[in-house]
Formats: sequence, C-alpha cells, structure tokens
Amino acid sequence: MNTLFDKIWDAHVVQHVEGGPDQLYIDRLYCHEVTSPQAFDGLRERGIGCFRPDRIFCMPDHNTPTEGQDKPIEDPVSRKQVDALAANAAEFGLTHFGMNDPDNGIIHVVGPEKALSLPGMTIVCGDSHTSTHGAVGAVAFGIGTSEVEMVMASQCILQAKPKSMRIRIEGELGDGVTAKDMALFLMSRLTTSGATGYFVEYAGSAVRALSMEGRLTLCNLSIEMGARGGFIAPDETTFAYLKGREYAPKGEEWDKAVEAWKQLRSDEDAVFDREIVFDAAEIAPMITYGTNPGMGIAVNGYIPTLDDISSEGCQSFCKALQYMGFRPGEMLLGKPVDYVFLGACTNGRIEDFRAFASIAAGRHKAPGVVAWLVPGSWKVRRQIEEEGLDKVLEAAGFEIRQPGCSACLAMNPDKIPAGKYCVSTSNRNFEGRQGPGSRTLLASPLTAAAAAVTGFITDPRLLP
Amino acid sequence: MKQKFDIIESTCVPLPLENVDTDQIIPARFLKATTREESFFGENLFRDWRYNPDGTPKRDFVLNDPRYGGEILVAGRNFGSGSSREHAAWAIAGYGFKVVISSFFADIHKNNELNNFVLPVVVTPEFLAELFATIDADPKAKVRVDVPNQTVTNLATGHSESFELNAYKKYCLMNALDDIDYLLLQKEKIEAYEKK
Repeated sequence: MNTLFDKIWDAHVVQHVEGGPDQLYIDRLYCHEVTSPQAFDGLRERGIGCFRPDRIFCMPDHNTPTEGQDKPIEDPVSRKQVDALAANAAEFGLTHFGMNDPDNGIIHVVGPEKALSLPGMTIVCGDSHTSTHGAVGAVAFGIGTSEVEMVMASQCILQAKPKSMRIRIEGELGDGVTAKDMALFLMSRLTTSGATGYFVEYAGSAVRALSMEGRLTLCNLSIEMGARGGFIAPDETTFAYLKGREYAPKGEEWDKAVEAWKQLRSDEDAVFDREIVFDAAEIAPMITYGTNPGMGIAVNGYIPTLDDISSEGCQSFCKALQYMGFRPGEMLLGKPVDYVFLGACTNGRIEDFRAFASIAAGRHKAPGVVAWLVPGSWKVRRQIEEEGLDKVLEAAGFEIRQPGCSACLAMNPDKIPAGKYCVSTSNRNFEGRQGPGSRTLLASPLTAAAAAVTGFITDPRLLP
Repeated sequence: MKQKFDIIESTCVPLPLENVDTDQIIPARFLKATTREESFFGENLFRDWRYNPDGTPKRDFVLNDPRYGGEILVAGRNFGSGSSREHAAWAIAGYGFKVVISSFFADIHKNNELNNFVLPVVVTPEFLAELFATIDADPKAKVRVDVPNQTVTNLATGHSESFELNAYKKYCLMNALDDIDYLLLQKEKIEAYEKK
C-alpha cells in the first residue's frame, strides 16, 4: 500500500540519520553556472573531489545570451560565471555541454531530451525547477548550493522525507486549454504555499492524456505551489518519448528497463497524506494579474476584489496590484501588451513552438509588440527548423533566438524595461523577475501568441 | 558562517508581508558572483525594496528605518518562496540576521537558512500577529530564542512557544557542524548502498 513516491524515495535511503533526516542517494546531479561555483569552492577548501563524477552533468543556461552565442559573452560578470563552470567541470572531471555546443540548452529541457533523466531516479539540481524531471517518473527536486556541495562530496543529500499528495485531474481539457493552464489553475486554487511540505503525484485521465512536453510543463510548475517536486508515473507515453534517446538504455537493456519501470506506480490502496480532485472541464486558459504565480484568473475573468482577500493578505494583495498597475475587480482582456516571451524551462519545447505558430500562422505580430521566441535547447531549435515552423513564424514577423533561460529571470541581456507589460510563458511573475520594474503576466504559449498578434490580452479561443 | 547557537536575545526587524519570495530577498542580477562573500549579498539584501534605481535608500522600507534593528527578522507567512537560490540565505546571514521568525517557510529556503546557520523559527499565526503588534508599539521590544530548549519568547508580553528543530540539526547548530562534515564520514555506508 505504498505510494510511488514512497517506493522511489525508500529505495534510495542509505540510512536514517538518528533524530534527523534521511540520507538519500542521488542518481543525477545537474549543475548550471549560477548555483554551483561556491559548491566547487567548498570542495577545494575541503581538499576533496566529486565522489561520483559520472553522475554529474553541467551546462550553462542562465547567463547565455540568445543571440551571438558564437562570440564571447559581452557582460564580463556573466562571462566569468559561464567560464567558471567550464573550468570547474574540467578540473573535477564532469561532463559539460558548453554554450553554443549542439547539446546545450536549459538544463531542464536537455535532461529529459537526452534521456539523462529516467524513471525511478532521484535527481537534484541547484534550481527550484528541477521538479520538471518528475515528468519521466523520477523524484526530482531543487536544492541550495550547500546541498549541491553535499551531493558532489558524497552523492548523497540529507533530507527530511516530504509528505505525499496526489492531485487528480479527471476528464478532458477544453479547446485552447493547455498543461500550462492546468498548472496555473492549480496554483490559483492551492496558492503558492498550498503544497509546501509535500511531494505531488499528478494523476487522472487529463494528466494521462498529456504529451511528454505537457507533462514536463505541469511538473515544472510544482514548486510554484510550494511543493518540493511533482511527478507522473511512467507509462507508454513516457517509454515512447525516451526510447532511442542518447542516454536511454539500448537493446535488451531497454526491454529490461521498461519491465522494471512498469512497476513504478502507486499501489491501488496507497494512502496519500492529502488527495485533491479537479474536473478538467473547469479549467479555462489562465493568466496571472499579480506578483506571485498563485494570483491567476481565467483570461476572460476578473481580478478579485478586496472582499475576496483575507485581512492578513490585504497588504500583499494591494502591493501587488499597485506594482502591476491594475485595480481590484477589473478585467484583463483588452489591456495593451508591450512584450511577449515564449520560452523557459516551462514552455521552451517543440510543442510550445507548434502551439505559438498555430496562432501566428497567417497573422502578423502586432506593431509595437516586442516578441522574444527562445527555444529551450539547440535540439528544439533544430526541430523547429526541420518542421518549418521558423518559416511560418518569420512570415508572421517573429524571429527565433538562440537557447537559454533568457527573459525568464533576465540574467542575460533579455530584460523587460521598468513599467512594461510582458505576457510570458515562463514560471514566475515576481516583482522585478524579468528586469527591475518589469510587469509579468504568466500564460500559455497560445495566450502569449494571441497577445503577440493582437497587441493586447486576448482569449486564444477567439483566434481559431 | 558556521557558528554555535545557544540563546539569542535581540530586538527585531518586522516585515509583515506574505509570500516574500527569494527574488525579492536577492534579485537575480546579484547571482552572478562566483564567490560566497556574505557581505556582498548582505549589502544587497532586499535590494529593490531597499534602494531606488539611483542607489538612494527608500525611506519607507524597514531596513532604512533607524528605529528598527537586531539579529531577528520577523516576516509574514510563506517566507522564502520561489527560487532555490542559496544567495538569499547568504544575504540574510550577511546582513547580520541569525534568526528568521515566521508562521510558515518555503521548504528549500528553510533548508538553505539552516545550512548557513540562520535559524528559521516557525511560530503560530497568533504568536506572529502579537509579535508584529508588540514591535509596532515598541521597536525596542526584544525576543528570546532559546535553542537548547527550543522556545521562542516575546519578552514584552511574556508569551512563549516551543518550535520544531530535529535532534540532528539542533546538535549541528549548537556545535557548528554542517551536513557535509557528517556525510564525509559515511563513505562506507554509501559504497555498501551502491553495491546493493
């Protein structure tokens, strides 16, 4: 009567620390340039190396510019951080996919894409969106830099076992409703702390029906409900996606692996600490109006009024609306948009570009809108070209940039100016997230495309 | 910084906002540092709430209010949500806080604080509300955090609560030991696990 989370977690416990957390064995550690340099310094100070270098994979993604990657990075501070990762990976004998390498991209796009992330694994990275890898049926979660150093030093982490939650979404999603809307809907219901302390298993017919890309988007956003991570039990969709990819087992090994992976599911009588069920038909295309991802509404809905907010929450709610330049109770439909960003570990995959192109096709980018379309990896960009989506998008006035985290957190040159509105497919609308003073409205690739071609917030269902 | 925890008695800095995310604690543009100088991060703690774009202090932000100071930050519920950046914990430590009191912390940030010898103390919403009122009435009001006994006391009202801290982490905090010190002693067990 175990949950799948229990099964994977318990199978990785090296020991229970007396009066404390579990010592958990980690199958994969991913490193990017921002949260790793101090961990490497820590190893040097202690005079030790990486315990299992073959389990650690590195790639820069946060600082990489999205044009001119064949040239050195202009910002000397960014360049230094990216160079430090390459030097550290070389010194400690780790696999490194450098900037402009055909294997480079956002770590949470590349990991599943190369089948580095596999069912049943434990996966960590100094990045809260590590939950993304849960889509392949792994227990994957974000950690801090001290914990990165722990894993480098011992391939283990000390961690209290989270509680388990199952979120079932049953039924069928409506037209124009995507995995992103599903996630924004969950956050709007659960708030950004509703799943804190939990590891979430997503289940139900609407989740099963999602493609791998959709599942990666849904799991990516688990942290925005406060969850340590979120995952989906592996099934035929998972196996079909992973088969033949670079790091997936091959031949007989593959068959054996699939047999083992088929056992990775929660028992029928498994008991979860919390279980919630939603009806997929309730979910509309969503958009956020505030400064945390839980502040979401249907794209054709209304911002809450002060009567809807608890007294303790009033100060934060009013501060958020003031920052965004919105009033309680008003509609977002028809509000002008300055920027549109398609990309990030949330929505930088091939299906997201197909969705965006489906609305852009035969239309044109609205004058005055600046649009950044940033693939999650070079592989995604190559696929965009193979499918001819680049031609469709170029004809509509859009250009495809080079891969990286880009305007999701504006550590590279892609920054939204102060006061400007950006409809963004990324994961966070925090104050200043996309650049100091920037105003972010989170939405799906379809809703972002609808804003890009009309110049204002638009229900994508009205643009068939 | 590794330091031994015992009893801390201090005035507090109040931040009665909910859902303070780590992007506010330390904005992404300060994450490009490749070293761990806590003073650098401390100087930029709450940067965009604390300073105008031209670098002048914002008068209405609590860190710029001379009435408030101390080693304890008191924050609204769901403190430290969002990004896993440990730089947020470095900034809090670098500014000089040893304790953060809130009614609820985000998981990753809570671990990051503990790994940097900043103690997250979870109190009830009622205790937190009373503490905000106490500090509002008297900015010099003090709080005592007793780590050995795991109690937190609002010295102005005398109200006290116990807080959670597992025995292992308590031992680490009281003896200035970190998790890596522990894990490095476990090599044999790890190798045995790998052979299973």
